[in-house]
Amino acid sequence: MAPPGGLLFSKEHEWVKLDGESATIGITDYAQNALGDIVYVELPRIGATIKQFSNVGVIESVKAVSDLFTPISGEVVEINEALEGDPAAVNREPYGAGWLLKLRVSDPNETKNLLSATDYEKIAVD
Amino acid sequence: MFRQQSNGRDAGVPLIFERGQTGRANDYLEKAKPLENFLPKEVLRDDLALPDNSELDVVRHYTALSQRTFGIDLGFYPLGSCTMKYNPRVNDAIAARHEFAELHPYTPDELAQGALQIMYELERSLSSLFGMAAFSLNPSAGAHAELGALLIAKKYFKERGETHRDKVIVPDTAHGTNPASAAMCGFKVISLPSNARGRVNASEIHKVLGADTAVCMMTNPNTLGLFEDEIAEIAAAVHQAGGLMYYDGANANAIMGYARPGDMGFDLMHLNTHKTFTIPHGGGGAGHGPLGVAARLVAYLPTPVVERDGSQFRLEFARPKSIGPMRSFWSNFAHAARALAYLYANGEEGLKRVSQLAVLNANYLRVKVAEFLETPYPENCRHEFVASAQRLKKEHGVRALDLAKALLDYGYMAPTIYFPLLVPECLMIEPTETESKETLDAFARALREIVGRAQRSPEALFEAPATTVVGRVDETRAARQPDLRWRP
Amino acid sequence: MLQTIGVESIDELLAVPEAIALKARLEVVPALPEYLIGRRFAQFAQKNDGVNYRSFLGAGSYRHYAPPAIAALAMRGEFLTAYTPYQAEVSQGYLQAIYEWQTYLCLLTGMDLANASVYDGATALAEAAIMALGATGRHRLLVSRTIHPNYRAVLRTYCDGLDVAIEEIPFGEAGITDCRPLAQRLCEDEYAAVVFQSPNFFGNVETPPSEIVEKIRQSGAIPIGVVAEALSLAALAPPSSWGAQIVAGEAQSFGIPVAYGGPYAGFIASTQEHMRRIPGRLVGKTVDNAGRTAYVLTLQAREQHIRRERATSNICTNQAHCALIATIYLALMGGTGLRNAAALNLARSRELASAVANVANVRVKFASPFFNEFVADVGRPAGEVLAALRAREILGGLDLGRFYPELASCILMTATELTTTGDVKALAQALEEVLHVPAAV
Repeated sequence: MAPPGGLLFSKEHEWVKLDGESATIGITDYAQNALGDIVYVELPRIGATIKQFSNVGVIESVKAVSDLFTPISGEVVEINEALEGDPAAVNREPYGAGWLLKLRVSDPNETKNLLSATDYEKIAVD
Repeated sequence: MFRQQSNGRDAGVPLIFERGQTGRANDYLEKAKPLENFLPKEVLRDDLALPDNSELDVVRHYTALSQRTFGIDLGFYPLGSCTMKYNPRVNDAIAARHEFAELHPYTPDELAQGALQIMYELERSLSSLFGMAAFSLNPSAGAHAELGALLIAKKYFKERGETHRDKVIVPDTAHGTNPASAAMCGFKVISLPSNARGRVNASEIHKVLGADTAVCMMTNPNTLGLFEDEIAEIAAAVHQAGGLMYYDGANANAIMGYARPGDMGFDLMHLNTHKTFTIPHGGGGAGHGPLGVAARLVAYLPTPVVERDGSQFRLEFARPKSIGPMRSFWSNFAHAARALAYLYANGEEGLKRVSQLAVLNANYLRVKVAEFLETPYPENCRHEFVASAQRLKKEHGVRALDLAKALLDYGYMAPTIYFPLLVPECLMIEPTETESKETLDAFARALREIVGRAQRSPEALFEAPATTVVGRVDETRAARQPDLRWRP
Repeated sequence: MLQTIGVESIDELLAVPEAIALKARLEVVPALPEYLIGRRFAQFAQKNDGVNYRSFLGAGSYRHYAPPAIAALAMRGEFLTAYTPYQAEVSQGYLQAIYEWQTYLCLLTGMDLANASVYDGATALAEAAIMALGATGRHRLLVSRTIHPNYRAVLRTYCDGLDVAIEEIPFGEAGITDCRPLAQRLCEDEYAAVVFQSPNFFGNVETPPSEIVEKIRQSGAIPIGVVAEALSLAALAPPSSWGAQIVAGEAQSFGIPVAYGGPYAGFIASTQEHMRRIPGRLVGKTVDNAGRTAYVLTLQAREQHIRRERATSNICTNQAHCALIATIYLALMGGTGLRNAAALNLARSRELASAVANVANVRVKFASPFFNEFVADVGRPAGEVLAALRAREILGGLDLGRFYPELASCILMTATELTTTGDVKALAQALEEVLHVPAAV
């Protein structure tokens, strides 16, 4: 599954879509495939301040658990509550309905630490 | 070759709650007056919606369930890291004696001398066998003992004014309980990479040692079944840095009579008597995890300990430096009795023989399996070895999981899979000393046949097991839609 | 075999570096042929005189009737020698039995879910506290002094590892938790949990008042209930009825032998919201690849073998076989049989209390309703009185002065369905003799 345009990526296989001051974050198709069937997602609380590349949550599949690192700093303004009842959305649409959280970005310059789609493609290999 | 009695898919067994009729009670006790006669109504519950079933129906129900359960008594259980050896029945007969089963834990010491002597003799034998100054029989399991050991370490350092020691070093091949136990004590875990030979380098250890080192936790032989030959240097380095060495005794079956953790430099250790000492696994417990320590840590052992004054034994609770108790009462005593019975069955020479045969069987099986499966460490192993299905996966899409499920159709329990994490598509195989050469040969033949099928026509393997009462279970659904109990 | 491997001798395979090779002479018990092992243990058995005395001991370990059908089933080789059911397809029997255990505990405690068992009641409390600490992010616990002293001590041991503070709530004249200072404390400090036991260590039924439980909830702390005598759940209103969100307890009463302290089977049950924090194994119901009902260990991503240092706990084994014994006991007794057994416990303990209170200078200390244990104040140091009773081959109960200095003249006495009228008469008579007073007529 190719990602839609306009996204930036982290080495930990997260994507971020920036829209002015706000950002939407999720995991990549490569990540969801590697994890297998996702059964639960643990996300930070609304209002939490998170720092770029810090561990902010957990993604559980049946046999494994993976840390979720935020690709950018900011304040959590929304989390995808639908994942509580339908964690499989992350597998089905990692770039769409399977989004994880939305932030108010604190430092837009941090994007210089992220990868373009082309650069990410190079590391998203088995 | 074993085949499960149910011989293939069946209609399943209804839950006990889906049977029975209220009032179909058994006459075990005389009839009492109703509860309202004894307590005010507001503290009583209105009803108790548990099913009543006749003894016959209960017997049929659980007999049916037992027939849908695989145990060592039915077939070979090559589970790496679990030491699934035969559980001698004499041990159970001894544990079931009413003088042991009916003895109340608060029985005064002078009236429980037999029980105390059993605990004492076990403790002394284990201390000698493993080179430790003393053991506590308190912990209920290996992981429980690990926690106790780390609590001891924490207290020891606190008393020495060294609370900055907060790092626990754990090899990347370690069992998951090691880092989990460390976290429960507020320690941070540093993972130590293994070298190409599957072992820990003394030089690697130097890189992570420091003034903040608390404990280094290791298993020897390690979870790859390989002896950590640099263990003495590693222990010396850790001690030099002011840390303590902890021995995970899961693999003790490989060393009895040949080496002792105490002599290797370990300060703390645990044993799993449900591994090395034949306590039955019982479907996942109860276990028993004796915790051993070097002389300087004896004072910290959990309470109570068993002390001897001449010919009298007693439980000692007054131990000011102890970390305190770790469980409601003194020990999984019934298991301590079983373990001591096993020691009596073997003695020093017998235990040495146990380790010899365990290592012999593992190597024999390793050589046979290596003929058709990759063994990433092609050298003599100890009591267990690892094989990998990595090439099968690449070339035919068949994974360790598929091999494991196929083995179930041949009447074997599958080996441990996907552990240690270091080896991709890992199968960890530990035959133990109680299996005959014929069993090992038959197992190797079965596994060879399965690998052959994987190469020629893998599709059938993806559907394995085909002859068990249920097929592959939907674990994703179980995790996404948890159904953890029946509801009326 | 050595030829296949390619070595000359077994010793080659077991060789270790010279510096650490075993040289010492070992001191292990001597090897005996099997028939002599039985005799050796018979010698040990003969020194456990206490097992033959009349016993009024309870205090967290209870003598109940275990129908022999339990052993006949539980000791079947499949159940006895099975490993943890990681390969679900060949473990359906055990998995279903544990699913039944989990269900029984929910029905008994009123909780939404229960795990596959933990080591014992004391560690169950410690694990429940850890759940609350994790859920709230707080570092203090409020714990009633009427909780079993060993349970509180184990909690302290675990909390020392986590740098968590434990504060105790005193008990009052009625022998139950004194909730009056609670409201104040809840305002002053942030607690992860407030813990009550019912029946408490003194045998008294405790029902935390609803206003207090409401204040606990509002303060953000989690109400935890402890049950040491599981049979009481058959008679008493369940912990869910007063608002417990986590219940930690001991299932030894359900057919598990007292066995000088273990193995037992602890349990943890909770409301739905705590599902992800519950430690240990969980069995779930699902389907197989053809839609058949199947059982499997689930939510394993919480556990140590996957989460490692981020696990909810380090616990690995559960007490599967003991949980199986308890499940079979509950199946054999049925709801009717359990309520009847509970009623017999109530009847016998009242018979005992009456007889004992009839001895001059002895009184039942607390006026609260009790289950099968109560506190008898004998007016003299309990230790002396118990020693004198022992000389008459009676284990009269537990010296409470051991744990509560202010109760040094008090004995915790227990009667179960196995206590006979003869036992009761013998104790009353012996007490009279020991206290050198004729009984009131």
